[in-house]
Amino acid sequence: MNQTIDVENLHVSYYGKSVIHDVNFSFEPGNLVGIIGPNGAGKSTMMKAVLGLTPRDAGNVSFIGQSVEAVRKKIAYVPQRSNIDWDFPIIVKDTVLLGTYPKLGLFRRPKKADKAWALQCLEKVGMEDFAHNQIGELSGGQQQRVFLARALAQQADYFFLDEPFVGIDVSSENVIINILKDLKEEGKTIFVVHHDLGKVEDYFDELILINKNLIGAGPVNEVFKADILQQAYQTPFSVMSGMGVGV
Amino acid sequence: MDFFQDMINYEFLQKALITSTVVGIICGVIGSFIVLRGMALMGDALSHAVLPGVAISYMVGINYFYGAVLTGILTALGIGYISENSRVKNDSSIGIVFSAAFALGVILITKAQSATDLQQILFGNVLSVRSSDMWLTIIIGAIVLLAILLFYKELLVSSFDETMAAAYGLKTKVIHYAIMVLLTLVTVASLQTVGVILVVSMLITPAATAYLLTNRLSTMIALAAFFGAISAVSGIYISFIYNMPTGPVIALATTAIFVATLLLSPKQGVLWRALRKIKQRQTISG
Repeated sequence: MNQTIDVENLHVSYYGKSVIHDVNFSFEPGNLVGIIGPNGAGKSTMMKAVLGLTPRDAGNVSFIGQSVEAVRKKIAYVPQRSNIDWDFPIIVKDTVLLGTYPKLGLFRRPKKADKAWALQCLEKVGMEDFAHNQIGELSGGQQQRVFLARALAQQADYFFLDEPFVGIDVSSENVIINILKDLKEEGKTIFVVHHDLGKVEDYFDELILINKNLIGAGPVNEVFKADILQQAYQTPFSVMSGMGVGV
Repeated sequence: MDFFQDMINYEFLQKALITSTVVGIICGVIGSFIVLRGMALMGDALSHAVLPGVAISYMVGINYFYGAVLTGILTALGIGYISENSRVKNDSSIGIVFSAAFALGVILITKAQSATDLQQILFGNVLSVRSSDMWLTIIIGAIVLLAILLFYKELLVSSFDETMAAAYGLKTKVIHYAIMVLLTLVTVASLQTVGVILVVSMLITPAATAYLLTNRLSTMIALAAFFGAISAVSGIYISFIYNMPTGPVIALATTAIFVATLLLSPKQGVLWRALRKIKQRQTISG
């Protein structure tokens, strides 16, 4: 059986305009994969297309030989913070509890054990003191940690995080990256849309570099090179300095 | 105590009270989801769009319920189709479809029946509720409440984070259209109480009031149902005592509760906020 996560020939368009053109990549499970590229490169769109949340014009996606539909309950998705209504009447611990819903299925309510598990996940991200706060009362970094706790509660095999490090504090960023690295050690596969080039080499094992087309995919040391980056960002990258700024 | 004496004596008043209480409750419940999903305009649209269905039902001589549900669902599908398949934004497609449906409905009703019926459908007349209408409302209420109870989890997660829900395999489009169907049912049930034009006040205002008071969806739903029912009952009482049109009085009752909450609620209340700000300034300058 095929032991990889494969994306072949992925095409997405929006009202006739191509936004993702012929993207192909393949990764072994147990990797922390960064998806990078300039603003408007289609990073989030590509992630959603891989997950089948945005209609694809063409493309095959398989998770260890299975279709996305077959592995849905093993997929945890963390949206961009800007896509969430932070005024929603929900408190932190109930937000994490949502992560137990996929396994519960229809008609079954979360039980004591599910609630205990959600609390455990909240402790992993160090947010248990905020269990009873409404989610809008938290800082950006705290919100992101709560959403990661929800993803952990899903006990997924595949994690997809859309820009988790945007606008958050350093300590939250460290908590999150350490948990992602732990997940990788457990054999989980994590895809992270990311745009701060400064930390790429510390954070990821594998990279997907896109700008509508696939520019490069593979181990960080093979993709994260000045000449390849230049193709994606279309600005000269002589030295690695100045890369921390959002190009 | 005339009102209570009359309530015991007159069956029509009892029916009006029961029907409008049920309507208040289910409007609050479904309205909570409408408010949280940012679909207030959709609620307004669907309530207007049932009109041609009501007219056609009159013409062919069937219960207005069937026609209303049919055109309500067609409208929801039409709006969805336009906003998904063109660059026209959702609020614009709502405007296009519902004004057309409403216009068609007004023409059909004036052709089919006298102008008094149009008046009644537009503004409601809860004091003329028949037993069959009351039972229809109760049945619709039971269906709506049961659906919300059974699918509470799915409604919560898809209202809060639709992409995450879709990613783990929830059929979020099915949920969206199911809510549209429930909304149409609630609108039909509300026709006689507040009428087509003011249904939106029962849907949105009690739910928005509850939204100001709590950080929990379940509490919000319960409060919205409570405010809806209180508005309905007090609206009937006031309109009966002072001889005013019932629908508009109920609508204004929801508004009165909203304004009081907006001013006085402990967390979001405008008054408390202003007071807190003054105190803060004093501590800083002092």
